[in-house]
Amino acid sequence: MSAAMVTVPLYQAAHGRTGDKGNRSNISVIAWDAALYPLLVEQLSEAAVAAHFAHRRPTQVRRYLLPGLQAMNFVLDGVLDGGVNDALNLDTHGKALSFWLLDLPVQIPAALVPLLRGPSGT
Amino acid sequence: MTTPASSPLLIGCAAGFSGDRVDAAVAVVDTLVTRGGPAFLIFETLAERTLALAQLRRRADPAAGFEPLLDEMLRPVLARCLQHGIRIVSNFGAANPLAAARLIQAMARELRLPAPRIAVISGDDLAGPAHRALLRAQLGEAVDGLNLVSANAYVGAEAIAAALDAGAQIVVAGRVADPSLTVGPAMSHFGWRADDWDRLARATMAGHLLECGAQVCGGYFADPGYKEVPDLHAVGYPIAEIDREGDCVIGKADGTGGCVSLAGVTEQLLYEVHDPAAYLTPDVVADISAAQLTQLAPDRVALRGVRGHARPASLKVNVCHEGGWLAEGEISYAGPRAEARARLAADVLRRRLPALQLRVDLIGALSIMGDDGGALLAATPAGDARDVRLRVAATHTDRTEAERLGREVTALYCCGPAGGGGVRTSLTPRLNTLSCLVPREAVPARFDMLEDVQ
Repeated sequence: MSAAMVTVPLYQAAHGRTGDKGNRSNISVIAWDAALYPLLVEQLSEAAVAAHFAHRRPTQVRRYLLPGLQAMNFVLDGVLDGGVNDALNLDTHGKALSFWLLDLPVQIPAALVPLLRGPSGT
Repeated sequence: MTTPASSPLLIGCAAGFSGDRVDAAVAVVDTLVTRGGPAFLIFETLAERTLALAQLRRRADPAAGFEPLLDEMLRPVLARCLQHGIRIVSNFGAANPLAAARLIQAMARELRLPAPRIAVISGDDLAGPAHRALLRAQLGEAVDGLNLVSANAYVGAEAIAAALDAGAQIVVAGRVADPSLTVGPAMSHFGWRADDWDRLARATMAGHLLECGAQVCGGYFADPGYKEVPDLHAVGYPIAEIDREGDCVIGKADGTGGCVSLAGVTEQLLYEVHDPAAYLTPDVVADISAAQLTQLAPDRVALRGVRGHARPASLKVNVCHEGGWLAEGEISYAGPRAEARARLAADVLRRRLPALQLRVDLIGALSIMGDDGGALLAATPAGDARDVRLRVAATHTDRTEAERLGREVTALYCCGPAGGGGVRTSLTPRLNTLSCLVPREAVPARFDMLEDVQ
């Protein structure tokens, strides 16, 4: 097995959905394969996600692990400019934010590349 | 009701928000009839904002204030539901459940159906003077300075279950917690106690999976090349099969598009969840930290491993109040240097409107990913997008100030950069929200049969 790593966008390794309540957004990240999950847990730290959303000025980022679902749930406080009734954004719910997170680059061992979705995973 | 309580309960959901498709219910009801056995149909039509809008309609017309699409949603299936013993539970009463119940009664009469027993849930509405002291105790004196539009507590499943136990065929509620629309029927059908935490939690998560309608059946999921969904144009609505332990299998209406997949159900299970070990509802604290999903067959996914803990001592209340004005304006630039011209137009607007905090979107280059303050836009180097729609937005408490935004965007026709076209402007009153918790005892929810209140 090669130790070489490849950099891919998170969306090749996982999928997710955004939900909102008030000024708080939650984003699920669900690994496409159980073998990818530990790598994502290692790389998608609360600090890494907070940094990726720096322009939204999160007051807190919490991560919850759901190993039975090979999933993580990120809860980002204060990122919706007040939320659905207050924000000036066209997307007041922040529905698109999962796709912002899914653009984050992650490192995957070459041996696991066949588990990825999309063009370079097939 | 002659079916033994051990047989699974089917609950179909035909709406996931106000404004959902009104042609969803027919396929769900057909499937419930085909499968037979005890069944319910639910419609979830309330979001944080919906209720305040309904309250405004009720102010203008005392007979209004319920789900505007109620007639279109229910009329195609009411006869079949009543004929086949499929009972209906919904929050489509919004700000006026009694008026919604009367509309359904009149609908049944028009359709020459035997008069159904309709129950109306009340107790969630805290906007009246009788509850002002309660809100003041939670939100402080500031509440007296607000122009309140609505204040509603999220009440739970108990009043729904009691209404069903009393023989209601249709239960019309306002602000009940979304999963309670499922928990109420399950409590009544299986005879669960209100402190049977594990079973209530399992039914709560079944309700959570149902409450957004098609979102668990491949709606809001498709991403070409990555997540394929068959026949999305005809996406089906979900049906949960709930057993006596509260565990469920999620499926969907027969003959519809979409798919019930592990990936899609996982996304919906975590949708709007914060701490997975503590999903708070009025009925129970549900814990999905050890939950597991299994694909039993195509379009059939089982949820297991949900646990429950004692329900919270307080109920959440959403308070909506008038919040000034939202002004928006848009203009398009296309062709060579379109982005540069759109950016220049934004700069003109900023200089012309110093009293407004403008949000700027360059649709086609950078828009909804950005923040209201413009940090992401400022950090993004100017690109060469060739089809850009500039959008600006601002709020102001004073209508005249807010109106200036639309006028300045319109003035870009003659005074702005070259080639701008397609101006649209709008000015809308805003509703802002506050949330607080109130002691459960302060909000006693109840049901009344329509025949007893009129």
